[in-house]
Amino acid sequence: MYKYDEYDQQMVDTRVAEFRDQVRRRLAGDLTEDQFKPLRLQNGLYLQLHAYMLRVAVPYGTLNSAQMTLLGDIADKYDRGYGHFTTRQNIQYNWIKLEDTPDILAELAKVEMHAIQTSGNCIRNISSDQYAGAAAEEIVDPRPYAELLRQWSSFHPEFLVLPRKFKIAVIASETDRAAMRLHDIGIKMVKNDAGEIGAQFYAGGGMGRTPMIAPLIREFVPLDQLITYSEACLRVYNRYGRRDNKYKARIKILVHELGRDEYVRQVEEEFAHLLTQPIEPPLAELERIKTHFVDPGFEAGASDDLDLTDPDFRLWVERNTHAHKQAGYVIATVSLKPVGGIPGDATGEQIRLMAQLAKDYSFDELRVTHAQNIVFPHVKKADLYTVWQALDAAGLSTANLDTVGDIIACPGLDYCALANARSIPVAQKISERFGSAERQAELGELKLKISGCINACGHHHAGHIGILGVDKKGLENYQLLLGGSEGADTSLGQITGPGFTEDGVVDAIEKATEVYLANKQGEERFLDTYRRIGMAPFKEAIYG
Amino acid sequence: MVDVQFRFREDEAVNDPAVTVDSFGEQSNATAVRIEPGDDARDLLPHLNRLSLVEVSFPAWTDGRGYSSARILREAGYAGELRAVGDLVIDMLSHLKRCGFDAFAPDKALNEQDAQNAFDRWENVYQATGVDGRQAIWAKRHG
Repeated sequence: MYKYDEYDQQMVDTRVAEFRDQVRRRLAGDLTEDQFKPLRLQNGLYLQLHAYMLRVAVPYGTLNSAQMTLLGDIADKYDRGYGHFTTRQNIQYNWIKLEDTPDILAELAKVEMHAIQTSGNCIRNISSDQYAGAAAEEIVDPRPYAELLRQWSSFHPEFLVLPRKFKIAVIASETDRAAMRLHDIGIKMVKNDAGEIGAQFYAGGGMGRTPMIAPLIREFVPLDQLITYSEACLRVYNRYGRRDNKYKARIKILVHELGRDEYVRQVEEEFAHLLTQPIEPPLAELERIKTHFVDPGFEAGASDDLDLTDPDFRLWVERNTHAHKQAGYVIATVSLKPVGGIPGDATGEQIRLMAQLAKDYSFDELRVTHAQNIVFPHVKKADLYTVWQALDAAGLSTANLDTVGDIIACPGLDYCALANARSIPVAQKISERFGSAERQAELGELKLKISGCINACGHHHAGHIGILGVDKKGLENYQLLLGGSEGADTSLGQITGPGFTEDGVVDAIEKATEVYLANKQGEERFLDTYRRIGMAPFKEAIYG
Repeated sequence: MVDVQFRFREDEAVNDPAVTVDSFGEQSNATAVRIEPGDDARDLLPHLNRLSLVEVSFPAWTDGRGYSSARILREAGYAGELRAVGDLVIDMLSHLKRCGFDAFAPDKALNEQDAQNAFDRWENVYQATGVDGRQAIWAKRHG
């Protein structure tokens, strides 16, 4: 994975000094809270309902064991013993003291981490495929391109005060594991007819209160124009994105209001102009970055045999592992969704254990997934049972990847100042109702996502089943959506009808799953059945 | 008229009254113009040779359109004074400078020492803006 050189280290060290100075001026009263707010947000520091929340960046979701260990230590030292992994592959801490934050950032900088641009109206942490560099079906490893973009977007002077936040995802396989088309800019690395690698650009996707799927804006951007083209996309947005209404300020509204073709025309015009400017890094820089992402030293001829006599292990292997490009290896996902637990939470101790296992058995590498789980990308099959036993002893062996128990949920009203309703208790009730191995096996792949308000941090639009918490005359109320997807077949869920109470929505989901099981043909997933038979039978069962 | 607090030019300060972009088009003798956030900086490109001062207004520092306006003017070869005016905050000074601004007239005077620290903060930068004369980190890596 990427290793800082002296320049990268200097950049994060400088940021720590800058932020320390900002906190000093705030505590001295030289900065008002109104002035401080946009500054602290650019450093991932939110003021939540009960305390400050600090969001730490995990660029494209990749980290090593030293970094992971520190994340566990921060949970114990500065928070209440746990951290929360997020849908942008980051981690956040919910109980932080303002005066501690400069020291936390300084500790992070020592292991090449930071909280730069994890919030605010700027280019956010760039997300990617959690199986990058390990999956069998990828065209290239997308992470070098994400790293090139990370450096370009860090403190980009023209794009630090955009109309609104800006999220970029980079993938490089047909299977989209990063919800690429639900980003402000989605980039898919592709190979053209001449066999050259380039970038396919999508723009104007997003969730929030106006969900949109990003249209394709360019088939192929050559690698030696990647930064210039990105700059053109951002400049058009910075100049013409709406600033009169924060709910209409995302690029999706600009692309929608201009129309895809007019946005493309303006970007191409700006691109042609910017190509005359000396702003594109040489390909040698990309080559330098790529040397950090070469394959680890896989053992040639490692055995593909797995002893599956332990039934619990067998279930976990079937559910939580994915084919690796290297024979004898496997990609293993640690679910942070135990029955009745808080999705994405892990204790300091669990975080350090995962770090140690990654060091011993996964070439010192881990990934955070946008579904709020942790991945060991390169585990030798011969070691897998040992890894599983250690996870099992720590309460980390839940076998429910991509099933109804693997719920994405935002922090909701338990923590968040924006929320209208609680998300976590709903997630807990659902996992208790449907979390048994038998129930999960019966229901198969079923992606369930919960947001506690219309901002959609819990990706409810993209859930096969989505839940949106709203405030209805002072009471928490939950709307149900069906048919969303974040995969290569991206679609937006449709609302079933009137909302429910907390218990009512769990019952409604039960009815929806009954309709699925009664109508399922062959190997159909819930989503496939829904797409085939449509909303009507579900609606009838739920409200009839 | 607000005072220029920081200036990074050797030539004599320009004190001509700045006119709006609209009236600039009609006044063939004006040498100073003021760009508001909604104005298109490219409207000025045919007239760059008679301009000696462009003010870019920041009614609120969180409206970042002026950063693009500045770079567009510099990219087109404008070499006169480019002055940021309005709600300027210390923490954005070096970023403004990187987009081509070389004079700063904040509504309220900024703490001199804090501002100086901010201008000097970033010894290295990740991007080439092409308009601030600075070498990007990638250029140093492959120099």
